[in-house]
Amino acid sequence: MDNISYKEVNEDVVRTMTKTGWKYWVALILCAGLAVALWGVPWGYQIYVGQGVTGLNTPTFWGIYLANFVFWIGISHSGTLLSAILFITATPWRRSIYRSAEAITFFSVLTAAIFIFVHMGRPWNFYWTMPYFTTRQLWVNFTSPIMFDVFAISTYMTSSVIFLYFGSIPDLAAVRDRVTGWRKPVYTYLSLGWRGTDAEWHWLSKSYTFFAVFIIPLAVSVHSIVSWDFALSMVPGLNKTIFAPYFVVGAIFSGTAAIVTLMVCFRKAMKVEKYITLMHFDKLCMLLLVMSLLWSYINVVEVFSGWFANTSAENETLRYRMFLAPHSYMFWLMILTNSILPLLFIFRRLRTSIFVCVVVSIGINVGMWIERYLIVATSLPRKFLPNMWHDYIPSLLEISVTVGSFFFFAMLFLIFVKVWPSISIYEVKEDIGFPMRKGFKRH
Amino acid sequence: MSGILTRIKDKLKSYRVPGYRTKFDYKWTMVVDLDRCSGCEACVVACYAENNLPVVGKRDCDVSRRFSWIRIERYVEGEYPDVKVKFIPIMCQHCDTAPCEIGCPVYATYHNQDGLNVQVYNRCVGTFTCATYCTYDVRRFNWFTYKWDAPLEQQLNPDVTVREMGVMEKCTFCIQRIRVAKDTAKDEGRKVTDGDMQTACMQSCPTDAITFGDMNDPNSKVSKLAKSPRRYRLLEELDTDPSVIYLKRVMDDKKGSGNGHGSSHG
Repeated sequence: MDNISYKEVNEDVVRTMTKTGWKYWVALILCAGLAVALWGVPWGYQIYVGQGVTGLNTPTFWGIYLANFVFWIGISHSGTLLSAILFITATPWRRSIYRSAEAITFFSVLTAAIFIFVHMGRPWNFYWTMPYFTTRQLWVNFTSPIMFDVFAISTYMTSSVIFLYFGSIPDLAAVRDRVTGWRKPVYTYLSLGWRGTDAEWHWLSKSYTFFAVFIIPLAVSVHSIVSWDFALSMVPGLNKTIFAPYFVVGAIFSGTAAIVTLMVCFRKAMKVEKYITLMHFDKLCMLLLVMSLLWSYINVVEVFSGWFANTSAENETLRYRMFLAPHSYMFWLMILTNSILPLLFIFRRLRTSIFVCVVVSIGINVGMWIERYLIVATSLPRKFLPNMWHDYIPSLLEISVTVGSFFFFAMLFLIFVKVWPSISIYEVKEDIGFPMRKGFKRH
Repeated sequence: MSGILTRIKDKLKSYRVPGYRTKFDYKWTMVVDLDRCSGCEACVVACYAENNLPVVGKRDCDVSRRFSWIRIERYVEGEYPDVKVKFIPIMCQHCDTAPCEIGCPVYATYHNQDGLNVQVYNRCVGTFTCATYCTYDVRRFNWFTYKWDAPLEQQLNPDVTVREMGVMEKCTFCIQRIRVAKDTAKDEGRKVTDGDMQTACMQSCPTDAITFGDMNDPNSKVSKLAKSPRRYRLLEELDTDPSVIYLKRVMDDKKGSGNGHGSSHG
């Protein structure tokens, strides 16, 4: 990135926000339309008629919706990891991608939070899960893992928004100085009167560091708590001590894979190849390889300890998950995409091949979705009393809602790249030499 | 010193266990004698009539959405002609350390002063957590708002709520009858004793397999039956501490011996 000037960076980023081609509008309208048609309308129908339109049944009360919820929370961990951990460890290659990663965090937590309402029987009473004072003196149950979820996710969502916003203030100011028309007042307001004084930079760096340190344990706790929704029950296949680290590792794994996929699309569509280089993919794929090995290790431990326990319920759940369930082939597909395919990243040549990156990263996310789905949909149909055993097959409506959520997420991201500086202007400049009268001077 | 420690421990436990109390007014208990049970399902029918359970139809039955709060589980062992059929009626076990009570975020299910595990329909938001955590699969969910065709809505029990869609429900030990019995006993200035009330399943049982009463009263019928050597509780190893006690069925060990004194099977 040596041959870029400061001016060029500003102009490039503002260009991604102001110059809009027809392709963008087609993509946005398509995503918004499909999100409404595949998610909004079926969900409305479900609220009107009742949860009976899903494929849920008496032992299997949690299905694809909960799998989606965990999946999207998992995706959200990308932003935290890339942004906060790499910020603290002062890793230079995070600079051009962390802004988008933080946005992914926010949007996927949002999607996940909506899935909580989708899976509820009476979503219009959702506010009863908040601890507010009522004249009826009703209170919430703090022993419930679902209650932990309410707090964890609302805290995580708030912090990730603040984290994203704090880091963007200088960029919003830079955009404010370069746009005209209706954008001017908007960014004037959003940049909070940023002038770029030393004191402002000082406090920005202080507060950003604070949030980076604050958000890492928060992210770990959020996914541990999500895993406790399952692990704190007594259902065989869910009642696993290892679930909390398993979910955290899985979350970082799928989140990083999602970033790789989105970065490929983003740099192609926005023509910012000079900021997101093959070196970035090289590093991200190394991270994916490490996470894949960790995930495989924990997965082996989980299956082994279940098998070693040798109780009838545990044995039946394992047998069902691997061989007998209606979608048991998915288990082996998951092993292929999550444990075997990422091994390709051992080779540098494959790490820097965009094609391999796309294939493997999409594969990982398919595999991670399957993991969450199998945890719910192959444990609950085999609870303790065999008389009540019943398979779960998702209805078309549930599948449609699942697909719709991806379009909803894509829609949010498309809106984001137009209204927000999606590459950090001021941090990218740290990679470029100072502009001197005669050329550049390296750091 | 130890007194203070016990008090602190008690206080902590009261935070950890929803509805935790050291002393209950009653301890309602059901004893099911499997030796008497003939599996006729009269209790199931009586429960439908008493508690306004909807009949869901063929399609929903196929996908395992039957509404029966009490069910007869039937297990067949062996090949014909050497076949053993075992059955066991299962309703909400009203566990004293119930997994479902831990799970509900809004206290829609909690332990009341009678040691009953109760469900507040109006408070339920339908997160399914209780039903997922339940180890006995006894919770039933209102997948739709069920309708009764005319004139069947005329036979709904006025003492029991008709539930709307999105609400979890389960066996209540006929709490509406317990309330009446308690009110009557209170007016007469005494405690509820055996014979004051019957649950619907108990009332309809032709072989008197089901007994219901107060475990706190040492002279009640259930207290005496609970001392039986045939006594066991369902999935007791999970430490849910159920309030339903089963009396084991005495079965023949070998086919054709027929004297009824073989070793017992559950």
